[in-house]
Amino acid sequence: MKLLFALVTGIVFGTGIAISGMMDPAKVLNFFDLVGTWDSSLAFVMGGALVVTFVGYRLVWRRDAPLFGGRFQVPTGTEIDGKLVGGSALFGIGWGIAGFCPGAAIPALGTGRWEVALFLVAVVAGFGLRRLLAPIARNKVAP
Amino acid sequence: METAFTPVLSFGGGLAIGLGAVLLMLGLGRIFGATGILSGAVFFENREELSWRLALMVGMILAPGLIFVTTGEMPAINVPISPAMIVVGGVIVGLGASLGSGCTSGHGVCGLSRLSVRSLVAVPTFMATAAITVFVIRHVLGG
Repeated sequence: MKLLFALVTGIVFGTGIAISGMMDPAKVLNFFDLVGTWDSSLAFVMGGALVVTFVGYRLVWRRDAPLFGGRFQVPTGTEIDGKLVGGSALFGIGWGIAGFCPGAAIPALGTGRWEVALFLVAVVAGFGLRRLLAPIARNKVAP
Repeated sequence: METAFTPVLSFGGGLAIGLGAVLLMLGLGRIFGATGILSGAVFFENREELSWRLALMVGMILAPGLIFVTTGEMPAINVPISPAMIVVGGVIVGLGASLGSGCTSGHGVCGLSRLSVRSLVAVPTFMATAAITVFVIRHVLGG
């Protein structure tokens, strides 16, 4: 039941990504091309998503626990360090080069385009590189 | 290339993305961060951690096909960059998102709505470096 719930949740998220235009690198790169062929659509994606999560999370957290047991696992760190800023800066550079981000590329894999698969293999290689560079400090949960 | 301004579809897609994130919190108590989900599935430490991530990703991957079945059209993907740049961008995305503990979904959608201090730093950082990267590639190097 839990896995079926996760599957449906993935479909909802992936459908949103597909409808929104986030899985189209041409559109993503145009969002960042402020002085060129600018397309501001993706600001509406973030706006729509934040409206729902801002209200929805607070409603969900009135519960004592998630539907399928365990506890709410929310990152609580507040430390602003070089890893956070440098890693985020790097992520933006890669996003600006490729036009895909992980959350858009996973659903985009379902279109069967080889470029998406190539991108995701490269992303996983990047994860691996990070683990090679710092094999000890990898116990932090991604937010 | 120019892309069409799609505020309604993008906002609607954003609502669905947000709903997916809220559902994952409601059901499993987890943040919908694509970086954590993908790296947690590839470098899993136990079967429990693997299964829900796989179910979620299968759902995400099914989404474009379901849209194709419903509307007769695959979501558009236009890749205006070379395979080599996809690989370079992908590795940087993987390394950066892993170091910075998140990407557009984890820090962007989930982190901002929680008013996470780390995400409030990460998001403007990667948005800025993405915009700078696109500016340099398109208007300085003339790609």
